[in-house]
Amino acid sequence: MAEPMLAIEGLTKRFGGVVAADNVSLAASRGEIHALIGPNGAGKTTLIQQLSGALAPDAGRIYFEGRDITRLAFHQRVAIGLARSYQITSLFPRLTALDNVALAVLARSGSSLSFWRPAAAERVVFDQARSALERVGLGGRENAIAGLLAHGEQRLLEVGLALATNARLLLLDEPMAGMGPEESERMIALIGALKGAITVLLVEHDMDAVFRLADRISVLVSGRIIATGAPGDIRASAEVKRAYLGEALAA
Amino acid sequence: MRKVLTLAALTAAIIFPLVARPLGWDFYIGFASRVLIYALAASSLNLVLGYGGMLSFGHAAFVGVGAYTVAVLMVEGVANAWVSWPLAIAVSGLLAAAIGAASLRTRGVYFIMITLAFAQMIYYIAVGTRVYGGEEGLNLGSRSLVGFGLDLKDGVTFYYLVLTVLAGTLYCLHRLIRARFGRVIEAIRENETRMEAIGFPTYQYKLVCFVIGGGLAGLAGALLANQNDYVNPNLLYWTQSGSLMIMVILGGVGYHYGGLLGATVLLLLEEVFSAYTTYWQLPVGVAMLAIVLFAPQGLAGIVGRRSLAHRIADG
Amino acid sequence: MSGILIIEQALNGLQFGLMLFLLAAGLTLVFGIMDMINLAHGSLYMVGAFLAATFVDLTGSFWLGVLLALVGTAAIGMLLEMSLLRRLYGRDHLSQVLATFALILIANELVRMVWGPQVALNAPAALAGPVRLLPGLTYPSYRLVIIAVGLAVAVLLYFLVAKTRVGMLVRAGASNREMATAMGVDIKRLFTLVFGFGAALCAIAGAMLGPILAVQVGMGESILILAFVVIVIGGIGSIRGALVGALLVGMVDTIGRAFIPALLRAALPPQLASAAGPALASILIYVLMAAILFWKPQGLFPARG
Repeated sequence: MAEPMLAIEGLTKRFGGVVAADNVSLAASRGEIHALIGPNGAGKTTLIQQLSGALAPDAGRIYFEGRDITRLAFHQRVAIGLARSYQITSLFPRLTALDNVALAVLARSGSSLSFWRPAAAERVVFDQARSALERVGLGGRENAIAGLLAHGEQRLLEVGLALATNARLLLLDEPMAGMGPEESERMIALIGALKGAITVLLVEHDMDAVFRLADRISVLVSGRIIATGAPGDIRASAEVKRAYLGEALAA
Repeated sequence: MRKVLTLAALTAAIIFPLVARPLGWDFYIGFASRVLIYALAASSLNLVLGYGGMLSFGHAAFVGVGAYTVAVLMVEGVANAWVSWPLAIAVSGLLAAAIGAASLRTRGVYFIMITLAFAQMIYYIAVGTRVYGGEEGLNLGSRSLVGFGLDLKDGVTFYYLVLTVLAGTLYCLHRLIRARFGRVIEAIRENETRMEAIGFPTYQYKLVCFVIGGGLAGLAGALLANQNDYVNPNLLYWTQSGSLMIMVILGGVGYHYGGLLGATVLLLLEEVFSAYTTYWQLPVGVAMLAIVLFAPQGLAGIVGRRSLAHRIADG
Repeated sequence: MSGILIIEQALNGLQFGLMLFLLAAGLTLVFGIMDMINLAHGSLYMVGAFLAATFVDLTGSFWLGVLLALVGTAAIGMLLEMSLLRRLYGRDHLSQVLATFALILIANELVRMVWGPQVALNAPAALAGPVRLLPGLTYPSYRLVIIAVGLAVAVLLYFLVAKTRVGMLVRAGASNREMATAMGVDIKRLFTLVFGFGAALCAIAGAMLGPILAVQVGMGESILILAFVVIVIGGIGSIRGALVGALLVGMVDTIGRAFIPALLRAALPPQLASAAGPALASILIYVLMAAILFWKPQGLFPARG
């Protein structure tokens, strides 16, 4: 098998007495959509934090395209092609959708230590921003103020920002959070269209979306991966059912 | 609309001394110079605080260091403005780089305190440096030499020089805000985490912003030293940083003319009230309080501008 | 440097530190619980000192005067909180800075109008003399009393915060404000009480230090800075941190000022030493703060996670 796009080995993170990540190992190959599921509090977001560079692991290694990025700074990971989206929408609410995405384009278009030439004059940047917006289906909304967009549109923009960085690996943290069925369809279509071109690590609660999109699924419970495999295998696994049934009973 | 206002204000500023001098209002020309210098200082803080979102409580240190650079050089025999003023900018900028590098890793109130602490350190160093006046301060003796047959001792000449410097700086800041750097800095202020998440080394940008603000403050300091013919450590005391902050907040944080508006209003208030009472700080304080409680966007908010992040695409 | 001198300066440091603690305790609570930067805290200290001077004059008794000043300042503090400051909770720190800075100006002028630029406050005659602690070491008895008062207040505070219900509410509020509100605590009354208590502490410090430092307009500004340094070092919202921080700052500052000039004179040429000495002594606590923040960015005992 070709070298995996993303390889996590023995990642561990403790907060005081709580083990948020317990010797987590995972691999995702190029172009794959790899879903990460698990009950609430399993440590999915903590894993994303460590992968993106916002949190430093206590132990373990992260390899991206064969390169050890465990100690690489947050913003540097974006530069090498690894970007994330947030579970709780994190945009620039007072800017337009176009301006939001333009920032992501600016970040990868040379140094922004430019003090004289108006940013508005950079046609190329804004053309690329427009394409990125169209890619997530927000082409007609470029002049809408981000904070005033509908929730579903904000979630699309949320993913759009990460996409606009030209990342080759996307860490999507519950992109469908709070979305109704129609909006979810748009998001599923969007993520599905990425398959093959971009590798996606998808954290999601929406099981319908997960089973429709994922090439492989990993199940995280109490910080540990208890199962990894094809969707069919995961669906059939007794252990996984127990983990979720337990949660369903408590809910 | 804004262009019209700007042009009108500029015209008024240019005409002012031509009217004032024949009327014998030389004192007010000096006062106007002072306002413009503080407008420059406040604008430099507005860049750091308003656009950059960094609550720096030690900005007076950069103004003071710029002033002291010019004063010390003058006393040591270097009166040429073309040497001492750029040096003032450089020294302040370097100091800002050092303080920024140490402080910008912290956030929130810790950042405020660290910048405050560093400024206090500079203050005490100035007080302790008796060879350059210590607590007594230092007299310059004369104003800097700019050449071109211009004598800065003449109030009107000095005023026009200050006006030119301020106008030039405000224009450069205007370009800077609309350039990539300004957009990035404002976006960092809005959501620093996301800026990092899309690939910006935010620490670097904040540091550069901090240094530019510091350098410009140093320029204001150089002018201030000339205006007063005197420097003393009080320029560096934390309450001076507070005053600068007040000016920025009063004028409108993150609004292009916030520094100018705030400096004008605050100094005018002080001037007007001190004509009526020795307890002028009382009505000034009350006015400030009123503004915080009833006009939280500062005067810019009253005038109708919101300090909304400008649309990047529209420039 | 004799051992006697060191002990003497250590006692001075302890005395100053304990008084700083009184200011810092109130400040850290207000900041920790109400998330408010209150620059006018130093003004309460000033008002306490001036009120003490007046009441001591009126009643002829030092301690009665201090008590009345305490009550008066607490009342003023609570009035201030109810009328003005509670509008600032939830506002951004910048607005709080502006408003409380304005209050400093107003307070300074009001005090100046009522009392003039300064007043005299004298220690009680009974405590004017020195006390013999050790052979060769005499120490002003008034300063010993300050230490005693400071320690007593520290113990009282510990008892209040750790052992009473109100104290528990305060600690809950300091570590998680939303939670405290959700638990049904009457936040408004709690805040007013906390503020009033902080004001009372300021008054004690102002009145006690009055005879030693001058009671003058603007005395609040210089000590306010130190108080902020203390709470940053100690950790915002933590009374224990305020105590440790205050003692640290008090000691370092006092001992530094006493011995650094001498040390430098021994090591450096006189020109350099006389220039660097006082400056170095003054900036020592800021260096201390920077060092501590470097090692522990949230202070020594952060109350909030």
